[in-house]
Amino acid sequence: MASLISCPHCGPRPKEEFAVRGDATLLRPAPEASDEAWHAYVYLRANPRGVHVEHWQHVGGCRRFLVVERNTLTHDVLSVADAAEVAQGGAA
Amino acid sequence: MRYSALSLLKNALGRNLGWSPVWREPEPKPHYDVVIVGGGGHGLATAYYLAKAFGVTNIAVLEKGYLGSGNVGRNTTIVRSNYLLPGNEPFYEFSMKLWEGLERELNYNVMLSQRGVMILYHSDSERDALIRRGNGMWMEGVEAELVDREGVRRMMPFLNFDHARFPILGGLLQKRGGTARHDAVAWGYARGADRLGVDLIQNCAVTGIRREAGRVVGVETTRGFIGCGRLGLAAAGHSSEVARMADLALPIESHVLQAFVTEGLKPCIDHVIIYGAGHFYISQSDKGGLVFGGEIDGFGSYAQRGNLATAEHVMEEGVAMIPGLSRVKVLRAWGGVMDMSMDGSPIISRTSIDNLYLNAGWCYGGFKATPASGFCFAHLIAKGEPHPAARFFRLDRFERGHLIDEAGAGPQPNLH
Repeated sequence: MASLISCPHCGPRPKEEFAVRGDATLLRPAPEASDEAWHAYVYLRANPRGVHVEHWQHVGGCRRFLVVERNTLTHDVLSVADAAEVAQGGAA
Repeated sequence: MRYSALSLLKNALGRNLGWSPVWREPEPKPHYDVVIVGGGGHGLATAYYLAKAFGVTNIAVLEKGYLGSGNVGRNTTIVRSNYLLPGNEPFYEFSMKLWEGLERELNYNVMLSQRGVMILYHSDSERDALIRRGNGMWMEGVEAELVDREGVRRMMPFLNFDHARFPILGGLLQKRGGTARHDAVAWGYARGADRLGVDLIQNCAVTGIRREAGRVVGVETTRGFIGCGRLGLAAAGHSSEVARMADLALPIESHVLQAFVTEGLKPCIDHVIIYGAGHFYISQSDKGGLVFGGEIDGFGSYAQRGNLATAEHVMEEGVAMIPGLSRVKVLRAWGGVMDMSMDGSPIISRTSIDNLYLNAGWCYGGFKATPASGFCFAHLIAKGEPHPAARFFRLDRFERGHLIDEAGAGPQPNLH
C-alpha cells in the first residue's frame, strides 16, 4: 500500500488514517429487486488482481467517504475523489 | 523409495548418493480425467486422496510456480480443531484425525507436534465465550479444557499476567492441537500423489478455461491446452482470478496476511498460544525461531507483502502478551494472499458449471484444513456428492442464507 492517500479535503495523509469499506463499483439494488440481484450485491465480488475502485473513509481526518482507485497488486493509489461528488456525477 | 530407518542408514553409509528424486517432472498429457488447478497443500492433498481413496489416477495438478510455493510454505503452521459452529467443527476434527495418522499414511515426516493450543481470556465475557466454544467442541466429541489463571501460569510463566488493560485470567486448551512442518506437508502429499501416478506439472499457469455446451472441456495453459473430464480449482488467494476464466464471480476478497519468525532461541515456548486481547498467535519452531502472526492487513491485496503499520501492531500485541519478546530480533516476514470469504468459512462445492468444482475461501485458516480439505474435495469430485464433514461448505449457502459466520461479523471479509 502506498503509504500516503491524497484526501481531496485534507491533502496527503498516511493511509493509517483511513478505513476501507470495500468495492465501490457495486450499486445497491432497489428494495424490490430479485434475490439474485441482492445476493450479487451483498456477497459477490470482482476482487480484481490489478486496478480496483473502493470506498475508503478518512476516519482520522475529515471523516468523508472517498472513492479510491488503486492497484491491488502494486498498491499504487491512482486517484482519490469525494464519494458524494462521484455519486452526484462528478469525475472519479 | 520407501523411507525407513534402514533406508536412512543405507544411504548414510553410501554417502547419500543413492537418493532418487521425490517426484517426476512429466510433460503434460493432452487429456486427464481430473485436472486440479493449484499445486499447494490443498491441491496436492486432493490429488493424493483422489488416487488413494477414490481410485481416480489419471490426474494432473497444474501449478504456476513450484509445488508448495504459496501459502502452504509460508504460514504459522498451526493445527487445531477448536471451532464453535456445527458447520465447521466436525470438518476440522476430521482434519485433526487425518493429521494424527498422516505420517504413517504418507511415509513422510510432517513433524506433527501435538503440543497443545491455548486461547487466553482476559475478562469474564471472554471466558464465557470460550466456555461456549469448548462446549461446542465437546458436542462434536472433541476434548477441550478450561484452564484457570494459575494453571496457565504453571504452563506459561513468561506471560504478562498483570497487564493493566488485558490481565490473563485463564485459557481454553486443546491438547491435541499443535504444529506441523508446513513444507513437509506439501512435499509429502506431492510425493504420495506422484507415486500413485498423478502428474505434477510445475511452471504451468492456467490462462483460460475452455467450455463447450456449458461444460468444461479443458484448460488453456502456458504449456498448451490440457483437456479434462472434471476440473477442480484449488487456487487459494487467486481463486477469484481463476474462477473469472469460467465467468464465475465468487463471494471472496483477497487480502494479505503477514507472518514473522525470529532468530533461533533455546526452547522457551512449549505450546501454541493465542492472545485473546487482540489476534496474536505464537509458537516455537523446532529450529528455535518464534513463529507468530496477527490479523490480516485489512485491505484487498494480491501483493504478497505486508505493510509496516500491521507489522508494528502485531509486534506490540506480542510484547503486551510476552514482555520478554522485546529483546528478540525478527529475522523474516512474509505476506501471503488469503481468499477471505464473506462469512469467514471455506467453500468445497459444486458450481453452476456441471463438471467444475471449487475449493476456496480458506481465509487465514487453510493450513490446518489441508488433509480434510483434500479428502473432502476428492470425495466431491469423485462421487459428485459432498463428504458429510464438509456438507455445509456449499457455494450457494450465501444465496440461501445458511452462512457459517464464526465471528458474527457479517459480509465484510476484512473483519473475519
